[in-house]
Amino acid sequence: MTSFVEVTTKCVYEVLMNVKDPEIDSISIVDLGMVGEVSTDGDKVNISLLPTFLGCPALEIIKKNTVKAVQAIPGVSEINVEFVYHPPWTSDRISKQGHINLRAFGIAPPPLHFEEDGSWRVDCAYCGSTYVTMDNIFGPTSCRSILYCKSCKNVFEAMKPVSTTM
Amino acid sequence: MSEIEKDLPMENKEALTSLLFQLADDDFMYAYRGSEWLGLAPHIEADIASSSISQDSMGHAAMFYSLLEDLGAGNADNLAHMRIASERKNSILTERVNGEGYYMEVPHYDWAYAVVRSYFYTQAKKIKIDSLCGSSYKPLAEIAVKVKMELYYHRLHWETWFKQLMGSTDVAKQKMNKAVELVMADFGDVFSYGNQKLEIEVSRLIESEEDLKAKWHESIKPVFLALQMEAPTIPDLPSKNGRNGEHTKDLDDALLTLSEVSKLDPVAIW
Repeated sequence: MTSFVEVTTKCVYEVLMNVKDPEIDSISIVDLGMVGEVSTDGDKVNISLLPTFLGCPALEIIKKNTVKAVQAIPGVSEINVEFVYHPPWTSDRISKQGHINLRAFGIAPPPLHFEEDGSWRVDCAYCGSTYVTMDNIFGPTSCRSILYCKSCKNVFEAMKPVSTTM
Repeated sequence: MSEIEKDLPMENKEALTSLLFQLADDDFMYAYRGSEWLGLAPHIEADIASSSISQDSMGHAAMFYSLLEDLGAGNADNLAHMRIASERKNSILTERVNGEGYYMEVPHYDWAYAVVRSYFYTQAKKIKIDSLCGSSYKPLAEIAVKVKMELYYHRLHWETWFKQLMGSTDVAKQKMNKAVELVMADFGDVFSYGNQKLEIEVSRLIESEEDLKAKWHESIKPVFLALQMEAPTIPDLPSKNGRNGEHTKDLDDALLTLSEVSKLDPVAIW
C-alpha cells in the first residue's frame, strides 16, 4: 500500500526560500517576488513562477532548481512548475528582506519611486552615500545597471526598476 | 492554456500565427544584427547597452516563438534556426547588414545606421506592443505587457543617442541623414501585415496598419521638431515586403551564419 502524504504549502514555501538566484546567491526566488502561486493537492505540488526579464538565461536554471528542491520534500509524488506571464513580474515585488539581501551582494535594490522626468536614483549599495553616478543604465545582465560611488569609490550595481506604469 | 488555443476558430488561428511569425522574426533578426556589434561599438558603455538590448530582444523573439509552438506551428528552436529565407516574415529593415565588412574579418559597421535603425525600429515596436497589450489573444497581450516594460529602456537609450548625434557635428549630421535615408527606404514593410492584413485586423489581435503608422509619425514628430528638421514619412509601398517572404541577400547570409551551429547536429538537445 502506498502511503499518501499531505504536503503543505507552508512546507513548499520553506523549501523555496532556499532556491536562490543562480548568480545572486544571497537572495531567494521568494524574496525576488518570482513565486506566483503555490498549491498542493495531497502529495502533488503546483508552482507558478513569474519570470523577471524575458531574455534572462537564469530562468531555466531557476525552474530546474525549484523542481529539485521540491523533490526533496518527503512524500512528494508529482511536481508541476511553470512560468506564467500574468501578473507580470515588477521590481516592486522584491520583498523588504530581498532589498537587504541584494545590498549584501553589492546590488542597490530597485527604487520604489521615479522622479518626475522618469529618472530614478539609488544610494550606494556599500556605504549608503547619495553621491553616486549612473555609468550605464544597462549592465552585465538584463536586470542591472552600473553605478559608481564618489564617496567610497566603489563600482556597484542596481536592480533596474520595472513597472507597469512605464 | 492549451485548451484556449484549441478553441480558436481556423481563420483567427491563421491570422494569429502570421502575426506571431512577423513579431518573432522581426525581433530575432533585430537581436541578431544587434549582437554583431559586440566589441565594435564606439564606446564601451554603448557596447554593453547594445548587447543588453539585443539579449532582451532575443528574449522577446523567444517568447513569440514559444507562443507559436503552443499553437502547434512547430518546435520553437527549429522555427528560429531552420526556416529558409522565403519562409521568414521579418521586415527587411531588420535583416540588413550593419555596414561593410564582416566581424570575422574586417568590419566597417556604420554606427549612425545602427542608431537610426534601432531608434526607428524600437519606436515602431513600442507602437505595436502598446496595441498588443489590448490584443484579443490573451497570451499575446500578457507577453506584450512584459515586453513593454523592457522596451521602455531600449527606446529611451536609442532616442538619446539619436538626438545627441543629430544635433552634433556637421560630419555626424551628414552621416545621420544618410542613415535616415537608408532606413526609410526599407521602412515600407515595418507596419505591414502582408497578405494577412484583413484577417489580422478583423480578428482584433492588433490595431490597423494605418492607425499604427499614424501613431509612429505622431511619436517622432516632436523629436524632429526639436531638432528643427522635417520628420521622414513611411513609403506607401514597400520595395520588398518581408511579411510576404520577399527578402534580400542580406537575410540569406545572416541565416547561413546563425543556423550553422544548430545544423551541425539537428537532433542535439540544447
